[in-house]
Amino acid sequence: MKEELIVSGRMNAKIDPVLHAWGWEISVYLFLGGLAAGLLFFAGVYYLLGKAKKYPTAVRKAPVLVPIILALGLFALFLDLHHKPYFWRLYTTVKLQSPMSWGAWTLMVVTPISMIWAAINIREWLPNWDWKFQWAKDIEKFFVGYKKHMAWLMVIFGVILGIYTGILLSAFNARPLWNTSILGPLFLTSGLSAGSALIMLISKSKKERKVFAQIDLILIGIELFFIVHMFMGFMASTQVQQEAAQLFLGGHLTAQFWIFVVVLGLLVPAALEIMELRKIHIPVLVPVALILFGSFMLRWLITYGGQLSRYLY
Amino acid sequence: MRYAMAVDTKKCVGCSDCVVACQTENDVSIGYCRDWVVEINHGTYPQLETEIRSERCNHCDNSPCVRCCPTGASHYSDGGTVLVTKNKCIGCSACIESCPYDARYTHPDGYVDKCTFCLHRVKKGMQPACVAVCPTKCMYFGDLDDPNSSVTKVLKIRNYKVLAPEAGTKPNIYFLI
Ligand code: SF4
Ligand code: SF4
Repeated sequence: MKEELIVSGRMNAKIDPVLHAWGWEISVYLFLGGLAAGLLFFAGVYYLLGKAKKYPTAVRKAPVLVPIILALGLFALFLDLHHKPYFWRLYTTVKLQSPMSWGAWTLMVVTPISMIWAAINIREWLPNWDWKFQWAKDIEKFFVGYKKHMAWLMVIFGVILGIYTGILLSAFNARPLWNTSILGPLFLTSGLSAGSALIMLISKSKKERKVFAQIDLILIGIELFFIVHMFMGFMASTQVQQEAAQLFLGGHLTAQFWIFVVVLGLLVPAALEIMELRKIHIPVLVPVALILFGSFMLRWLITYGGQLSRYLY
Repeated sequence: MRYAMAVDTKKCVGCSDCVVACQTENDVSIGYCRDWVVEINHGTYPQLETEIRSERCNHCDNSPCVRCCPTGASHYSDGGTVLVTKNKCIGCSACIESCPYDARYTHPDGYVDKCTFCLHRVKKGMQPACVAVCPTKCMYFGDLDDPNSSVTKVLKIRNYKVLAPEAGTKPNIYFLI
């Protein structure tokens, strides 16, 4: 038997008895970041493929929401900062080894691009929109000329942003559950899936909905593959990672993970999408809500569980 | 200069004087501590073995906390000590997540706080408060580059270990065993 006790009675807030320095704010931030990344990626890709007419929601309508989603995400991150008056320090340093730092800089690029893209497509939501001032109209006209460049940036930075939401966690080797490079691709895929789900929800065209349901099915398949792969990696790794994986394989987050993330967040919506494609009509809100919920739960359980996993000494 | 500390687990009695000394010296906020004492019991009665360790930030040579800090608030200072600059810290907790030893915490004022090796005392030629106050004299502090420092000498003649070396942080607190 081995028993370990802090006999001097340490009770540092959010560190003891178990680490909980990051709460829901970070999970929300990672979820919204992934969702924004997904929307930007699809808008950029389909614009570059010349399919703006065929998929108007993906290219024009849905990305108008991105600045709002990013603002909410950044607000959640801001809530998480404990020394708020100094947050501008993020932008006086560039530190490549720190994912927090390059994430902050990525957002610095993504946010203005998404705002411009939203501004030139604002009439998708508000058909009577008028910029009122001549200079604003001139600026709009100027950017309309650079759509292609922006679309490229949206694709590239969409991928970086999506991967970043995973890398932010996987860079911490102190938390064995996070310390797997699969989190980057896994969170990227989950963000793309959330993005395609939202496009399905907003889209009025049957054809567009069908294509995004198909894309989403593929993404769900990839996600399941990554999840299996993640556990295989853990089980073949060191003791600390085997124990970290136990949290989801019999430990006390098992039910939440398999029910909320895998069954309700992936398998059920996949089944509903297949039924829809087979012409059995399902209200689109149901699979979309489940996918968004599962995507958030994945972030939440990994953020929370990671802080329960640790080195043993 | 490479500051390091050795803690004799055979001499430590777990009185926690080092914890109180640190709290007093560094005006640590009520309810928090920068060092702590762990007691580990191995085996089954009557074959029991106890190890007592006074722990704190390891002032690692390869600190994940310095690496992941987005603003450079966490940094290396004299002799490799790892410090936090209050008014650069945004309180993002990345460093707290990155430390395998849970040595950091968020100060009630919002910035991140931790052991400083009492650099303010060391600069004046004094020992860190925890080392100075220990009634069993079980702690040794000094410069590993100085062959005559107490820590270099004791590490030469005693067996020692560091905590979680597999985390790759290259810690600078040595436990004599
Ligand atoms: S013990 Fe933790 S806080 Fe101290 S230097 Fe190492 S990683 Fe950083
Ligand atoms: S909490 Fe402060 S010291 Fe820690 S990583 Fe963030 S900015 Fe750096």
